[in-house]
Amino acid sequence: MKIIDQHTKNIMEDCKIRAKDAGLRFDDESLEYIVTNQDMIELSPKGMIPTMYDYWVNDVETLKGKGQYKLYPNNPYETVINSRPAISYYNDNNPDWLNIMIFYHVIGHIDFFQNNVLFEHTWNDDFVGRALADKRHINQLRSKYGRWVDYVIEFSRAIDNLTAYFTELSIGNFPENMEPGEKLQYYFDEFLLKEAGAPISKIYSEIERYNKLVESNELVAESMFFSDIKIKHPEFESRYRRYRDIQKERHNDVMEFIRDNSPFLKRDENQWMKAVMNVVRDTSLYFAPQIRTKTINEGWASYWHDTLFRNDDRIKGHESEYAVINSKVTSISRVGYNPYAIGLRLIQYVESLAESGKLSREYQLIKNSIKRDDFNKNTGKGKSAIFDMRSNFSDFMLINTFVDQDFVDLHKLFVVGERINQQRGTIEYYVKSRKSEDYKQMLISNMYHPPFVTVDIQNTDDNKLYLKHHFEGKQLYKPYINDTLMGIEYLWFGNHSTGEVILETTDIVKRKGSDNSVSYEYKPILYIISNKKVSKRYL
Amino acid sequence: MSENHIFSKEYREIEQEGNHEIVTEHRINDDSHINQFMNAIGFTKSFKPDFHNFLKTIEDLIHRDEQREKDGFPRRIRLGRIVKPSKNTQKVVVVPTTTEPKFYHDDSVTDDEQETGGTGEGEEGEVIGESPAQPEEGEGEGQGAGQGGGEGHDIVGDAFDLGRVLTQKFRLPNLKVKGRKRSFTKYKYDLTDKNRRTGQLLDKKATLRKIIQTNILLGNLNEAGEPEPEKMILNPQDEIYRILSAEKDFESQAVVFFLRDYSGSMQGKPTEAVTSQHLLIYSWLMYQYNENVQTRFILHDQSAKEVKDFYTYHNSSVAGGTNVYPAFELVNKIIEEERLYIDNNIYVFYGTDGDDWDSDGQRALAETEKIITHANRMGITVARNTWTGGVTTVERYFEQSGLLKNKSDLIKLDAFSAAEADEARLIDGIKKLVEQKA
Repeated sequence: MKIIDQHTKNIMEDCKIRAKDAGLRFDDESLEYIVTNQDMIELSPKGMIPTMYDYWVNDVETLKGKGQYKLYPNNPYETVINSRPAISYYNDNNPDWLNIMIFYHVIGHIDFFQNNVLFEHTWNDDFVGRALADKRHINQLRSKYGRWVDYVIEFSRAIDNLTAYFTELSIGNFPENMEPGEKLQYYFDEFLLKEAGAPISKIYSEIERYNKLVESNELVAESMFFSDIKIKHPEFESRYRRYRDIQKERHNDVMEFIRDNSPFLKRDENQWMKAVMNVVRDTSLYFAPQIRTKTINEGWASYWHDTLFRNDDRIKGHESEYAVINSKVTSISRVGYNPYAIGLRLIQYVESLAESGKLSREYQLIKNSIKRDDFNKNTGKGKSAIFDMRSNFSDFMLINTFVDQDFVDLHKLFVVGERINQQRGTIEYYVKSRKSEDYKQMLISNMYHPPFVTVDIQNTDDNKLYLKHHFEGKQLYKPYINDTLMGIEYLWFGNHSTGEVILETTDIVKRKGSDNSVSYEYKPILYIISNKKVSKRYL
Repeated sequence: MSENHIFSKEYREIEQEGNHEIVTEHRINDDSHINQFMNAIGFTKSFKPDFHNFLKTIEDLIHRDEQREKDGFPRRIRLGRIVKPSKNTQKVVVVPTTTEPKFYHDDSVTDDEQETGGTGEGEEGEVIGESPAQPEEGEGEGQGAGQGGGEGHDIVGDAFDLGRVLTQKFRLPNLKVKGRKRSFTKYKYDLTDKNRRTGQLLDKKATLRKIIQTNILLGNLNEAGEPEPEKMILNPQDEIYRILSAEKDFESQAVVFFLRDYSGSMQGKPTEAVTSQHLLIYSWLMYQYNENVQTRFILHDQSAKEVKDFYTYHNSSVAGGTNVYPAFELVNKIIEEERLYIDNNIYVFYGTDGDDWDSDGQRALAETEKIITHANRMGITVARNTWTGGVTTVERYFEQSGLLKNKSDLIKLDAFSAAEADEARLIDGIKKLVEQKA
C-alpha cells in the first residue's frame, strides 16, 4: 500500500481543477493509494476502512476472499471511501489516460459523499480517524474481557440494521417550525382522515378555518380552534391522549433502546458493553447512506467521468479505448441489473427533462403524445436540476420519481422473468413486462430495506423484551431468526437468562387450491426465546 | 483528531505558497507530515498498513469456534467450497465461511420467479435465453461435486455440507506441527497482471484481439471478404503482455502425500470410499492449514505415478493389477530427492482395498519403515471389497510386521467394508488415522 507517485498525483490535481470548473464541490485534500490485490481482499470485509476494528468475521471473509481470488481473479479499477480527506484506492499499472477517467469517476463519488444530505451526519468528522480510536478502545477492552468483547460485537451487529437511521438523520437539520404541532397533526392526518372518515372537502374547510384563526390571532389560534372541536367531537381529547401514548411507546431504534434500557447492560460491570454497542451502531449509521445511494452515486460518478473526460484534451488518441472501457462499465445489461448503467441513464434523463422544461405542471397536463414529444422550452436548467438531485435524492427517490414509461421505452427496458422449462430441463429467461410500474417495482423490491422492528414498551419490563416486526408483505428470513434472538437475549439478560424475549412477526403460508391456484395466508406468530430455547406460537 | 488537524494546517500553509502543482510536490517529497498523519490513522512509517498483523489464521478461528460451544453459543464457521468448472478439469478451493444472522426480509415465499432487469428487443412473453437447470457435475465423484457460486450471502445450505461435517460432527485432533510461521518476506510471483507494450510474456490471444479491434477501427478489415493480414497495422500499444506480480506467500510447513490404489479391483465402492475419505482429509487440511500445506498425489496399480492435482487424483481409474510397494517407493524417492524432510512435516495417507499381489508384502513393509523415519504420521485405509470376506492381504502383513504396535505413534491402519462405509464411518476413520496420544 503506497501513495501514488508524483506524476499521477499531478494528473489527479489537474482533474480536480477541471471538475471544480464544471461545478462539482468537494474538499481540496484527497489521498490516493496504490494497493495490491491482497490489500483489497483484506480491506473489503472492513468496508475498505483500514482502521476498522478487528473482528473474526472479517478474517473469515478475508480467507474466503483469498480462495475466491485464486479461482476468479478480478481487480476493481477504484474504490473510494467517505473519509476526510477522502481516500481512494487503485490498482497499479493503469496508463495515464485511464487514470484520468478513473479520477473523474472518483471525484464524482467524493462530490456525492460531500454534498448529498443523506451523508450529512458524516460531514463533521473523519470516520477513518474515529474508527482508529474505536479500534484501540476495543483492543483495550479485549485485553481485559477477552472473547466476551467479540460476543458483544457479534450480538450488536445482529441488530445493527435495526437503527433508526432516518430518524437520526432528520434530527440533524429539520427546521423547527416546519411541522405543525402534534395535536394539529393528529387532528388532520389521523383523526379526520382515518378515524372520522371525513371527506376531503371537510378537511380543506377545517384547514381554512384554522388558517383564518392564525391570521387574526396567532397566539390563541390553536386553543380557539380546538375548543370548537371539543364541542363537535367530545371523544377527540381522549383519542388524542391514547394516540400520543402509543406514539411515545413505539420505539423504532431497537439497538438504541436495548443499549439504554437493558437490565443486563445497566449493571456497573457491564458498562463497557455499551461502548462496544456504540461503536457498532456508529459504524452501521456511517454505512447506512452508502447502501441507500448505490445507484444514484454510481450513476453520478459515471455521468461525470463521461462528461468530463470526453471534453478533456487528454483523451486525444485514446477515444476508442475509452469507449470500450466506458461501455463495459455503463452499458445496460441484456439480462441483469447494472447500477452504473441505470443510474447514469436516469441522471441523463432527468437532465434532459429539466432542460426541455418537462419537469413542470404544464407538461404534465399535456395528454397528446406528439405534443409531449415536441415539448421543448430550452430552459437551460438541466445541470442545476441534476445538481439539486445529487444533493437531495436517494436511490429510492430517484427510481420512484423518475422511472416512468417514457424512460423505460427510451432504453427498451423490461423485467426479465425466470422460469423452468420442464421439457428442455433449462431455466428460461423471458421478457416478463415492459410496463414501467413493473420495472419500477422490480427495482424497488431489489433495494436495501431492513425490516421495520419496534419495541413494544407496554409489554416490556426487566423480565421481558417485546419486539414487534411491522409486516410489509415479506416475512423474515427464518433460518436467522433464532440466532438473532439469541443475541438480543444476551444483550437484555446476559448469558444465563431468566426472562424471555418475544418477537411478534408474520409468517406467510402458501396454499395451493384444488385448481392449482396459489394463495397466501398471513399468520401472525410469536417467537419466544428463553434461555437460548426458541418456541413458536401462532397468535 | 489532533494529528489530522496538524495535517490540515500544514497543508493550508503550503497551499498559500502557490498553485496546486507545487502543493502536490510538497505532499510527495516532504514525507514528515504525511507520516504523522499516516501514523495517526494507523499506518506505520513504511506505509505498511497494520491491518495485516491482526489477521487470524484458520486455526485460530477454529479454536475460537470450539470455545463458542463451551460458552453456550452455536458454532459459526463452516467450510465452503468455491468451484470453478471448466472444460477439462474443475478447480475447487476450500474456504471458511460464516454468516451474520440478522433480521432480513425473505422474498422467496411469495416470489415464484426470480426477477431482474433487462434491455433490448423482444415481445412480452418472448424467451430471450436459457441456461441448464441442473449444474453439471464432475464425473465419478463420490461425494458429489460442489456447486458454483461463493458470492454474496451464503444462505444456501447445500453447498456447505462438507463444511458442516468437518466443523460440527467431528473434530480432528491437532497434528504435530514443526515451527509454524507465516511469511511476510516470501513472495509468490505469478504472471497475473497485464501490461501493454512490455512484459515477460506476450499474451497472444489478447494481443490478437486488440490488433483486430484497432484495425476494425482503422477500417483495415473488410467485413465481407477474407481478412488480409498484410493490410493490418501492428500498433505496439496493442501488444498485451503478462507481467509478474508479487503476492505474499506463506512458508510451506507440511507436505501431505495422498496415495491410492486405482487398480481394477478398486472399481466401485472401494474407490468411492477412499476418494471420499481423502477428499475429506484434503478439505480439512486446506481448511485448517490453508497455505501452509503442500499436497502430493500418487496413484498406483502395478506401478506408481504422481499426478498433478487432487482432481486427477480423485477421478482417475484404470484396470490393472496391484502392487503396493511402488507407491511407497515413489514417496521415499520424492522425499529424498527434494529433501522434504528438512523443513516439512510429512504425512502420508494411503487408501486401498487391501489387495496386493506381493502376498507377504516384504518390499512394501521395507518402504514403509523408510517412510516413517521421516513422516510424522502414515495413515492407511483399507476399504474391503464385499467378496474379500475377513482380513485382506495388506492388513495381514502389516499386522504380522508388528509395525502397527511398535510404531503406533507413527503408523495407523483402519479397515472397514467399503459397501457399508457411510460418511460417518469415513469420518470416524480419519479420527483413527490422525489420533494422537494426549
